[in-house]
Amino acid sequence: MDALTEKVSEMQGYKLHVVKTDKYKTNNIVWRMKTPLAKEDLTKRALLPHVLQSSSLKYPTTASLRSYLDELYGATLFVDLAKKGEYHVVSFSFEIANEKFLSDPSPLLEKGLEFLAEILTNPNANNGAFDQDTVEKEKRTLKQRIQSVFDDKMRYSNMRLIEEMCKGEPYALQVNGELDDVNSITPENLYDYFQKAFSEDEMDLYVIGDVNVEEVKNAASRLLQFKAREPQKAQAGSTRTKSEVKEVKEAQDVKQGKLNIGYRTNVVYGDKDYNALQVFNGIFGGFSHSKLFINVREKASLAYYAASRLESHKGLMMVMSGIDLKNYDQAVGIIKEQMEAMKKGDFTDKELEQTKAVIQNQMLETVDTARGLIEILYHNVISGQEIPLDQWLSGMQKTTKEEIVAVADKIELDTIYFLTGTEAGK
Amino acid sequence: MEKISFDQLQEELYFEKMSNGLSVYVLPKKGFNKTYATFTTKYGSIDNHFVPLEKKEFVKVPDGIAHFLEHKLFEKEDGDVFQQFSRQGASANAFTSFTRTAYLFSSTSNVEQNLETLIDFVQEPYFTEKTVEKEKGIIGQEITMYDDNPDWRLYFGLIQNLYKNHPVKIDIAGTVESISPITADLLYECYRTFYHPSNMLLFIVGPVDPKAIMDQVRDNQGKKEYSSQPEIQRKFDEEPIEADQKKQVLKMNVQTSKCLLGIKALHVNQSGEEMLKNELTMNVFLDLLFGKSSANYEKLYSSGLIDETFSYDYTQEQGFGFAMVGGDTREPDKLAETLENMLMEAKKGGIFNEEQLGRAIKKKIGSFLRAVNSPEYIANQFTRYAFNDMNLFEVVPVLEKITLQDVEKLAAELVSEDRFSVCQVVPNK
Repeated sequence: MDALTEKVSEMQGYKLHVVKTDKYKTNNIVWRMKTPLAKEDLTKRALLPHVLQSSSLKYPTTASLRSYLDELYGATLFVDLAKKGEYHVVSFSFEIANEKFLSDPSPLLEKGLEFLAEILTNPNANNGAFDQDTVEKEKRTLKQRIQSVFDDKMRYSNMRLIEEMCKGEPYALQVNGELDDVNSITPENLYDYFQKAFSEDEMDLYVIGDVNVEEVKNAASRLLQFKAREPQKAQAGSTRTKSEVKEVKEAQDVKQGKLNIGYRTNVVYGDKDYNALQVFNGIFGGFSHSKLFINVREKASLAYYAASRLESHKGLMMVMSGIDLKNYDQAVGIIKEQMEAMKKGDFTDKELEQTKAVIQNQMLETVDTARGLIEILYHNVISGQEIPLDQWLSGMQKTTKEEIVAVADKIELDTIYFLTGTEAGK
Repeated sequence: MEKISFDQLQEELYFEKMSNGLSVYVLPKKGFNKTYATFTTKYGSIDNHFVPLEKKEFVKVPDGIAHFLEHKLFEKEDGDVFQQFSRQGASANAFTSFTRTAYLFSSTSNVEQNLETLIDFVQEPYFTEKTVEKEKGIIGQEITMYDDNPDWRLYFGLIQNLYKNHPVKIDIAGTVESISPITADLLYECYRTFYHPSNMLLFIVGPVDPKAIMDQVRDNQGKKEYSSQPEIQRKFDEEPIEADQKKQVLKMNVQTSKCLLGIKALHVNQSGEEMLKNELTMNVFLDLLFGKSSANYEKLYSSGLIDETFSYDYTQEQGFGFAMVGGDTREPDKLAETLENMLMEAKKGGIFNEEQLGRAIKKKIGSFLRAVNSPEYIANQFTRYAFNDMNLFEVVPVLEKITLQDVEKLAAELVSEDRFSVCQVVPNK
């Protein structure tokens, strides 16, 4: 696990994280910025990275910007938005070839950092306003992006579960913002938000690859300077406020029903029983040896997929399955039985050991990719903790059956959402 | 064991052909935790008309049977192979494509044991009528899941437009009706024909010792009896050169329309370097024409005809091939028309220059380097290339040889209105 030696430096307004490794044939540079989720700025924040990546002062059209990336051996740049706990996280991900593997040996990494700095700090803007055409184009695309979730029923039903379950909490907000708020965005107010975000967000720069740590640090401090800030903290975790389980059925023209069930775990990343929760999830529904897969799919033949996953920073666990419309009661019944079995400690040592082995494997595989490694390291930024991977793994391996039963006791069923057919439920 | 070095990439590949015909490749990757292995048969959804092993007559088997077989191979008399892999800390999976069925695992420990499990479970089938019946419910839900997925329907709708007879038009999982007559005997018949070691390839990539792996596989295979198998006879009906249907519109429960334009490929009986060059030239052509740095992309995006879902792709295998371009759109008819015009313009020639070509090739080289960071990509793509007598590690040298004339010649030949077809998904209300 040498790859995990992360060098962290305090820079002007952000932290630099460098991981030196010769595993890859490319170098990865990722810029991340986070702030607590808030409805007021949500949609502007969802639009901003797309405007920034489409042009800059030096590359005023998408064609000129993308031609330059092609010239850098097809360097890739993409932006994305995520919710991590109650934070809205914006990422700019950049990947560039390592010239060591090319017939042309001119150095590329510094050019990559310069390009990223151009995108972040030198936008296509004038007199306190972004380029009007760019903003209009990206607003149109944002509307399509927001609408597109409706057409992907798996994503849609998951989104609806969160909406119903976390009503009134910031976490119910959509990463891509709200359709009704897109029109009121102007080149001016977006520019104001751009300045606000870069002066208030907590920001992190990750560089992973066969790089020289000092060189990266020097280049970063030359190219990227922001003013110091005290980042705002969001509240971690959540508690159930409803006294009864909420059941929501929505009918649409679909052939397969989507069953999504939300639980409050009352445990978040960094808590001392988080390891036990991770193992709980693995035995219950995280893998193809888990109770949900075995009982919903293999034994009852009800589904192709039946799984659970954690939202570690928000303290949620979500079960998802695609089932025939008529099998709702049976599937919900089986899932509830599996949860009861877990709470009673009705699982074998074999299941426990199996689950630890695959979690360990999954983590070690994740850190084999640069992006996976960044995801893991970023957990510490979100939770404000310093948990090295090996410590995390050894903690997980020591989890006992009693600890799992104890954590199971904290888990509460909150909401059952079912996307059903228009002529179903009979 | 043979060693093949790729100096520019700083990789070494080891190869051995076992006495029963199985091809084994090992690519050591230092610094990685993970070992990834695929065990693949050259048998996919298109192989539905063939002479079964030790028989004389051609038979036609139900649509979706290769995929069904893939599911059932995981079940054994003493339970499910997934359980065994996870006890050994591995994660296992499988997939079926038009031309291949692959079984795989990845693990960061117990590699030797996991490799043994992979080889043995694929080589020891156990099908019963009861378990076959049970699987129909699970696969039925897999099929229904895809039925509700507009992008999948669009993709298959377009292939069905392009092809009149070729089995590539059959959905890989079949339909609920087509899988219903599948029996254990039928699965055994397909299995015996297509899972002979001489029709298979094993690829292992990770922090492993190639010699130890080869010894283990040789040992494992030495314990199993295989009689030598004559070449498998597959039959494909005559396929017209033109697209079968010009257009198909699917009404679905969506809010945004989708439009995909397809071109039926011309040279689909290639293999080896000829195929590699054709495929790469085609990719470079599409990049030049529709890539994000192209004038066409800027025009399409600025006019609001496309959004970020816009993409293009080229698929070529033995006997079929197609290019596809499109995505979500507010005006599906106008997008189809504009894309057709752009292609017809390119057919005339003279629209690209050397500088653009140089950039497009650089871009492809960079994207190849990115791809070979991934053990999954290496194993899966290497296998696909090998089944078509191509070498994955020849991609960069072949790319560097592509000229403007090559691109123009390909565009002039390939682009033709009678090989165009359009598929659209539109809101049903």
